Amino acid sequence: MQLDLSKFSPESFVPATEEEKRQQDVMSESTTFFKDGMRKLFKNPLAVLSITLLAIILITIIFAPMVVPYRYEEILSVNGKRDKGAKNLAPFTYSEMEQKYIENGGERFPHIFGTDEMCRDYFVRVIYATRISLFIGFFASIIVLIIGMLYGSISGYLGGRVDLIMMRIVDIIYSLPDMLMIILLSVVFQEVLHFASGSLLDKLGTNMVSLFIVFGLLYWVGMARLIRGQILSIKENEYILAARSIGAKPSRIIRQHILPNCLSVIIISTALQIPSAIFTESFLSFVGIGVKAPMPSLGSLANSAREGLQSYPYKLIFPAVVICLIVLSLNLLGDGLRDAFDPKLKR
Amino acid sequence: MGKYIIKRVLLAVLTVFVICAITFFLMHAVPGGPFNREKALSDATIAALNARYNLDKPTGEQFLLYMKALLHGDFGVSLKNGREIKAVIGESFPISAKLGLSAMVVALLLGTVFGSTAALMRNKLPDRLIVFFSTLFTAVPSFILATLLLLVFCIKLQWVPVWSATSHNYFLPVLALSAYPMAYITRLSKTSMLDALSQDYIRTARAKGVSRFKMIFKHALRNSLIPVITYAGPQIAYIITGSMVIETIFTVGGLGSKFVSAITNRDYTMIMATTIFLAALMVIANLICDLLYKLVDPRIKYD
Repeated sequence: MQLDLSKFSPESFVPATEEEKRQQDVMSESTTFFKDGMRKLFKNPLAVLSITLLAIILITIIFAPMVVPYRYEEILSVNGKRDKGAKNLAPFTYSEMEQKYIENGGERFPHIFGTDEMCRDYFVRVIYATRISLFIGFFASIIVLIIGMLYGSISGYLGGRVDLIMMRIVDIIYSLPDMLMIILLSVVFQEVLHFASGSLLDKLGTNMVSLFIVFGLLYWVGMARLIRGQILSIKENEYILAARSIGAKPSRIIRQHILPNCLSVIIISTALQIPSAIFTESFLSFVGIGVKAPMPSLGSLANSAREGLQSYPYKLIFPAVVICLIVLSLNLLGDGLRDAFDPKLKR
Repeated sequence: MGKYIIKRVLLAVLTVFVICAITFFLMHAVPGGPFNREKALSDATIAALNARYNLDKPTGEQFLLYMKALLHGDFGVSLKNGREIKAVIGESFPISAKLGLSAMVVALLLGTVFGSTAALMRNKLPDRLIVFFSTLFTAVPSFILATLLLLVFCIKLQWVPVWSATSHNYFLPVLALSAYPMAYITRLSKTSMLDALSQDYIRTARAKGVSRFKMIFKHALRNSLIPVITYAGPQIAYIITGSMVIETIFTVGGLGSKFVSAITNRDYTMIMATTIFLAALMVIANLICDLLYKLVDPRIKYD
C-alpha cells in the first residue's frame, strides 16, 4: 500500500495536543492469561452460583459431623439402650423412647433428616455419603489426570512410531466396555482381596478399589488423547525449537513449556471428569456393588430408599437432591471454566 | 476405504476375543469354584459336577472349550436355576432391545428437534427453557429419575400400570432411559446447529433467496447431525448399562435386570455369558457407528 504524500498538507504534521496524546493511553491494564480467565469466570453468574454451592456443600460436610453428635454407623440408643422404635422417623421427629428422655430433662439433638430403616440418623449418613462420593470422584479424576497426562505427553512429544503404537493401544483400550469391566472386577475382587480391618481401604471396601483400578486402567484414554492433540500442535512452535537447540532435555521441555500451555484444557477436562466419576460410583452403589456397608454412599442410600418409597419418600429425596446439586454445580463450573479459559472459543 | 473397513472389523474381533479372555480368566480367579459355595455336597457329587462342567481340566484348556462352545452358541447353564443361558438370553433380550432402541430413537429425534429449536430461537424463551431442562437432566442420574417417575406416576397417581408379565407398558422406562441422552443430544445439536448456521454457505443461500424452511432442512440440519452421529457409540454403551437399573426399578424382565440379579446371586456362568454378550454387542454397535460416521462425513480421511 503506497502512501500518496501529495494528499497530506503541512498541517497534518503538527505535534499532537495533550488530548490527542491521552487518547493513545492504554485503556485496560495488562493481565496474565490466568488472571484474565479468572475474571471472566467470576463474571459468569452460573459459574459463581456453582462455586458458591460447592463451597457451601464442602463447608457443611466438613463441619456438620462436629456439630451433630451421631455417627453414621451408630444405631440410635437412649441411655445406653438400643432404641428400636427409632426406625424410619420423619425429619425433626423423635421416637417414643427419645420423647420420654426429653420429658425427663435430657437433651437430644434433632434428627434433621429423620432416621433410616436401621435406626441410624439419616442426616449424618447423607453427610458421610456426600464425603465419600466427592472423595471418590476427586481421587478417580486425579488418577485419570496423572496417567493420561503422562501417557499423552510421552506419546505426543516423541511422535513417530512410538506415538503410533501407543495410540493403537489406546484404541483397543477405548473399545473395552468400562462399566462391565468394573462390575466383573468387583465381583472377583470381593472374594479375592482382603484388607487390614479398620484401614480406610477396608472401610471403603473392595468394590471401590476395583473402581479405582478400572479408572486407572481404562478411563485415562480420553485425557491422553486430548493432551496428545494439544502437544502435537504446540510442538511446532519456535520456542520449543529454541529450547531444544540449547540442549534442554525432553522432560524439561514438556514440564516447563508444553504442559503449562495445556493447563486450561487439563483443568476443564478434569472438572468434567469428577461428576462422571461420581455418576459411575453412585450407579455401582445402586446396583449393589458399591461402597461396603455400613459406609453410606449416595447411590446406596437411594437404593435402600426404594423399599419404603411410598411411606417415606423423603429418604429418596435427600440423597437425590444432593447428587443432583453436586453434579449440576460441577457441570456448570466446568462449562464456565471452558467459556473463560478455552482459547479456541470464538467470543 | 475397503482396507479401512477390514482393519476395523479385525480390530473389533480382536477386542471381543480380549474381552472373552479377560472375563473368563477373571471369573476363574475366584477361589473355591462355583460348587463349593452353598450346601455341603458330597465329594463324589462335587467331582461329578466338576467333570460335567470341565472344571477339572487345566484353565487354558477350559478356556478353549468355552470358546468353542461359544462359537456354537452354547453359553452354558445358569448356576442358580440350571436353565440354559441361551434360552434365558433369548427370552429376555428382545424386551431389553425394544426398550433400548425405543429410548435411542426417542432421544435422537426429540434431542435434535429441541436442540435445533433452541438454536433457531436463540436467547428467546424456548431457548432458555430448553437449555434449563437439558442442563438439569444431564445432572439427574437415571436411576433417581426412574424411581421418582415410578413413585409419582405408578404408585401415587396410578396413571400408568406397573409392569407385569401380561401388561408391557414401555412408556415410563423409555422416558427414564432416554432422559440423559436426550438432554445431551439437545445440547450437542444446539451447538452444532449454531455452528452450521454461522457458516458462509448459509449466508449465501439466504442471500440467494432460499426460503428459511429449505435452508434449515436441506442445508443446515444435515451438517449439524454429524457430531450427533459421533455420539451414537457412547450412547449405546450408556443405554446398555442404563437399562440394567431401569429394568430393575420398573421390574421389567429384560436382560439387564437378569444381569443385576446374577451379580447379586453370584451366578458366575450367567455373569460371564451376559458380560460377553453385552460387550460383543457394544463392540459391534461401535464398529457400525464408526463406519457410518466415516461414510456420512465426507471430510474424514481414512486412516
